[in-house]
Amino acid sequence: MSGFSVTQPGLLSLLHDRGRYGAHKLGLTTGGPLDFVAFDWANRLLGNDANATCLEVSFGGLVLQAEVDTSFVITGATAPCKLNGEPVQQWRTADIRAGDRLEIGFATCGTRVYLAVSGGFDIAPSFGSSSTVLREKIGGLNGDKLQAGDHLPCAAQRLPGAYCLPESELPDYAAAVTLRVVPGYQQAAFSATQQWRFFNSEYRLTDRCDRMGFRLEGENVHSDIVGMLSEGICLGAIQIPADGQPIVLMNDRQTIGGYPKIGSVIALDTSRLAQLSPGDSVRFEAISIEQAHNIHTLARARFLRSEPQPC
Amino acid sequence: MKIEVAGQNAFIVYFAEQTSAAVSARIQAAADSILASMGGTIVDLVPSYASLLVVFDLDRSDPFAVRRQLRAALANLSDTDAGAGELVTLPVYYSHESGPDLEVIAERGGISVEQVIEIHQQQEYRVYAIGFAPGFAYLGEVDERIAAPRLATPRQKVPRGAVAIADRQTAVYPAVSPGGWNLIGLCPTRMFDPAAEPSMPVKVGDRVRFSAIDREQFLAQGGEL
Repeated sequence: MSGFSVTQPGLLSLLHDRGRYGAHKLGLTTGGPLDFVAFDWANRLLGNDANATCLEVSFGGLVLQAEVDTSFVITGATAPCKLNGEPVQQWRTADIRAGDRLEIGFATCGTRVYLAVSGGFDIAPSFGSSSTVLREKIGGLNGDKLQAGDHLPCAAQRLPGAYCLPESELPDYAAAVTLRVVPGYQQAAFSATQQWRFFNSEYRLTDRCDRMGFRLEGENVHSDIVGMLSEGICLGAIQIPADGQPIVLMNDRQTIGGYPKIGSVIALDTSRLAQLSPGDSVRFEAISIEQAHNIHTLARARFLRSEPQPC
Repeated sequence: MKIEVAGQNAFIVYFAEQTSAAVSARIQAAADSILASMGGTIVDLVPSYASLLVVFDLDRSDPFAVRRQLRAALANLSDTDAGAGELVTLPVYYSHESGPDLEVIAERGGISVEQVIEIHQQQEYRVYAIGFAPGFAYLGEVDERIAAPRLATPRQKVPRGAVAIADRQTAVYPAVSPGGWNLIGLCPTRMFDPAAEPSMPVKVGDRVRFSAIDREQFLAQGGEL
């Protein structure tokens, strides 16, 4: 099948659809794009199925050679992108021809870049999803990150015109981030003082941040829990081990774990967190599950209402 | 039983403070009941020792409705609903060659290596949880005489099929990985095979028995040394 060949794979480029669901019973995690907002826009701008497979390029360094005439779009972190050496705009669909060279340089603002092609990359699903989880060696191409020489199959499918993101929807990855948290799990085992401290301090991202979890450093927080049984962990769960430093669990988290959790960051904000770099700071804000539902519903309605702009 | 918020689209149901075969059976029955009555809105379920994480689809439902439906699904549970689970027998090649920690466990318990092997097989275990890695099933609980704490320094590489003990749990490593459990033997049965249907021989709530095989049988059943 036609597609793209990988000239240079970049630091960590992974094929993903929206994620793997319903397989926790086998111990498989969800995977899926760390920044689902940028991922969803990439597919929407091309008119793709919402679950179409894209490339998540962490940090950058990707070079592809087209072997197909099709359309593509690059969203997510700001990075210098070039088509045959000429700059290409992000958040705007463009055409590419067989023989063209597409480069995504290193991100200058944000960390995760998304590349989508018209119709999506054609990757056979494992356990219902194409998402690559390195730890499990599942999804993508043989469960691995992109390697030089890999072939990324996709259809020859040109869009009739070009489409841009409405300017009002452009994310600002440089803005200060407050992570909204639905308190839950062992929240009651954190005293009022401990909770006050957690929700009123600034935490920095350490360099131990990956697709499994983001380790933060700042004020120590402690619960009254000595030992607990392992239990299911959802996206964004904030685990606080004995050292008192929070870990926000991300898409590739283990499905069960035995550390106390104070609550969970909402998915819109794990997306924001994923675009930050070590040394950046975040704060936490407690919201109710009802508020979280409102925020999700409003964001969803706004996404569906914001039409891609012909340009 | 209590229902707590876990996240924006997840509740966690706690069934007891401690785990037991009865608690595990009730969790399994609850998972079945939830799937039967609210399958369309459920994204994923994670049964564990004494809890069940219920993840729902925010675009198809909302926390109010899900909490109400959960209460209803759980209210109708009686202990008689608790399925006994399937009984799965896993062959194990117990030996010095395949179980480098047999000796240590025997010494700890003041018993012989032969007794360790015998005690490990004497009992029926329950699959309490699956996690850590794809196909890793936590089985409990082993006899106190063969219980042993995790190694102070985990091994870099535990082979696929390693049968292991940590505290009062036992498990079979589904793939080569680092690991801190005490190794007592090797099982030729694949615990996770993405190409097979089903991809795991056990599920949460099932019962497991171990049965000794010799070196020759182990190799004949596809085991690798």
